Amino acid sequence: MRRVRAALAPYLLVLPGGLWLTVFFAVPLLAMLSLSTQEGNLVEGFRQTFRLQNYVDAVTLHWEPLVRSLLYGLATTAAAIVIGFPLAYWIAFKGGRRKSSYLFLILLPFFVSFVIRTISWKFLLTDEGVLLGPLKDAGVLPQGFHVLATDFAVIAGLTYNFLPFMVLPIYVALERIDPRVIEAAYDLYASRTQAFLRVVFPLALPGVFAGVLMTGVPAASDFVNASVLGGVDNTMIGNVIYNQFRASEYPMGASLSFILMALMLLGIFSYARALGTEDVLEVAAR
Amino acid sequence: MADALRAGGTPAIELTGVVKEYSGHGEVVRAVRGVDLAIEEGEFFSLLGPSGCGKTTTMRMIAGFEEPTRGVVRLHGQDVTDVPPAKRDVNMVFQSYALFPHMSVYENVAFGLRRRGVDRDELDRRVREMLEIVDLAGREKRRPRELSGGQQQRVALARALVNRPRALLLDEPLGALDLKLRQAMQIELKRIQREVGITFVYVTHDQGEALTMSDRIAVMNDGLVEQLAPPREVYERPATRFVAGFIGTSNLFSGVVDRIADGLAVLRPGPGDRVLVPVEGKPAEGDTIDLTVRPEKIVITAEEPGGDVSKVRGTVAEVVYLGTSYSYAVTLGNGAEVTVFQQNAHSSDSSAERGDPVWLSWQPRHSYAMGS
Ligand SMILES: Nc1ncnc2c1ncn2[C@@H]1O[C@H](COP(=O)(O)OP(=O)(O)OP(=O)(O)O)[C@@H](O)[C@H]1O
Ligand SMILES: [Mg+2]
Repeated sequence: MRRVRAALAPYLLVLPGGLWLTVFFAVPLLAMLSLSTQEGNLVEGFRQTFRLQNYVDAVTLHWEPLVRSLLYGLATTAAAIVIGFPLAYWIAFKGGRRKSSYLFLILLPFFVSFVIRTISWKFLLTDEGVLLGPLKDAGVLPQGFHVLATDFAVIAGLTYNFLPFMVLPIYVALERIDPRVIEAAYDLYASRTQAFLRVVFPLALPGVFAGVLMTGVPAASDFVNASVLGGVDNTMIGNVIYNQFRASEYPMGASLSFILMALMLLGIFSYARALGTEDVLEVAAR
Repeated sequence: MADALRAGGTPAIELTGVVKEYSGHGEVVRAVRGVDLAIEEGEFFSLLGPSGCGKTTTMRMIAGFEEPTRGVVRLHGQDVTDVPPAKRDVNMVFQSYALFPHMSVYENVAFGLRRRGVDRDELDRRVREMLEIVDLAGREKRRPRELSGGQQQRVALARALVNRPRALLLDEPLGALDLKLRQAMQIELKRIQREVGITFVYVTHDQGEALTMSDRIAVMNDGLVEQLAPPREVYERPATRFVAGFIGTSNLFSGVVDRIADGLAVLRPGPGDRVLVPVEGKPAEGDTIDLTVRPEKIVITAEEPGGDVSKVRGTVAEVVYLGTSYSYAVTLGNGAEVTVFQQNAHSSDSSAERGDPVWLSWQPRHSYAMGS
């Protein structure tokens, strides 16, 4: 009896999570997959015709926001690494006994709703707002200068919103490095730069990897930042999908979602292949 | 220290009046309270002492990871007190090895040579040669986590030695290994040290390890060096009560000097007892002195022994059979307890039973008067 229970234990442990994922992730996903090849409209109803042309239409009609989303995602990820790595490094190695307070500060914005945070940025960056108004009055900036409705505004908003997802995993990876290992590098004649490049950074790469996934993916599929901070020229694929569903163009929305998903999976797997292998760490260490 | 000066050459490592204080939490920790050491070229030198006595701190000041609060560190005569670790010609083997987890065995060992820009052919030759010495040839591609504790330890050793430092600092390098492997590695370390002929500074809290491996031992306690001497002298002639207690089992007596004759102080702890201790100058009649006798130097007999020996009377409180020997606990007239080891060679030796009145005796030269 005990052996039976022991054999069943692993299955019982995954059961709740497995059920949750099946009901709320796999089933809708399959429903969407089926929807993406259907034809019809809300009035007459949708029929499954396995119409792959839906995908072709989606790309031809919406390739621009699709490409823009991927570029925004990349730019956001890059900006988050550039800002987040030093932040995580500083907290992990110089934070001393206040480490947890600093981490809490990083997470503090999360206590405010995502949408509210983004809208407050809009107030901040608006043409005659608290930031730009005085600068324009003082003649530092030309009257026509604007930040909202630019690539910069959307990427900045995305970076701000997803930065903690970059900082936290990098922090965890850095925190796990045995300080003696860094000392060993110094002991073996490494300069500060060499110790960082050969030892600290390679050991932090798993954290960077996780951070890239956690910022890049949601940033590329975001639609709030583009709709609040962006203009007509900054539409992201998330906005398009959202609008398709609102307009009851379900097959189009669904096929766009799958294209986005496929592109991101492709990107992630090639990235994982390039970075995740130990050979890369080995080369980095030389 | 006098030894090093007598040997003539500049000491490989010299600490003068070195103090290290850590401050934090509003208090000051005095980790090292004033250490003077001179370690000779080619010497196997051990820092021995209980946990927290400042061994690692002392070592880290030699390596350059900590800056002394006061005092001077010299390497081969050169003041390096302000020189960073990367610029010191010593290498360290860390207490936890601190191998680079993301690099292969080969790359770990090659790290120092690469930083120094050694050319490829020479680098490859030296790395392979070193892996040969530590018996890890054929394991170049492994990662540290794919190696056993003993193998990791040898990678750490190779990684430091391949740079041919003028001194190697080892912080409890065998601490994480089991007894058998420890003993094998002790022999191995000694062999490697003889082979490469460089100065080893070895930190340990294992007195057996220090005694078997070292040319000289500095016994540390609470941030100070209590005794600095060759192993035999540390064992046979502990300079302080602490050293006597820390190294092996030791019997400590204290008593009032009754009389001094021919460089021997005579003590009379109880009626009929007579303890003879060699003394040099200092104590006078009526002074209280501490002395120590190793348990294996004491002979236990039923009859009063004759001759010029130290002898005291007591009662056997406990007999413990240890296989190759017996251990006796004997209570003296003044209540003090003495431990005696007797070889299990003659059946007559084990004749004393619990409760028996016995005589304990030893040669005067086997007891030492100590500083406090
Ligand atoms: N960075 C530090 N900050 C504050 N106190 C420290 C620091 N490093 C060491 N100490 C203190 O200094 C004293 C000596 O420490 P050290 O590490 O030198 O001991 P050790 O002899 O190596 O002990 P062990 O055998 O346990 O390794 C200890 O009381 C320790 O708590
Ligand atoms: Mg230590």
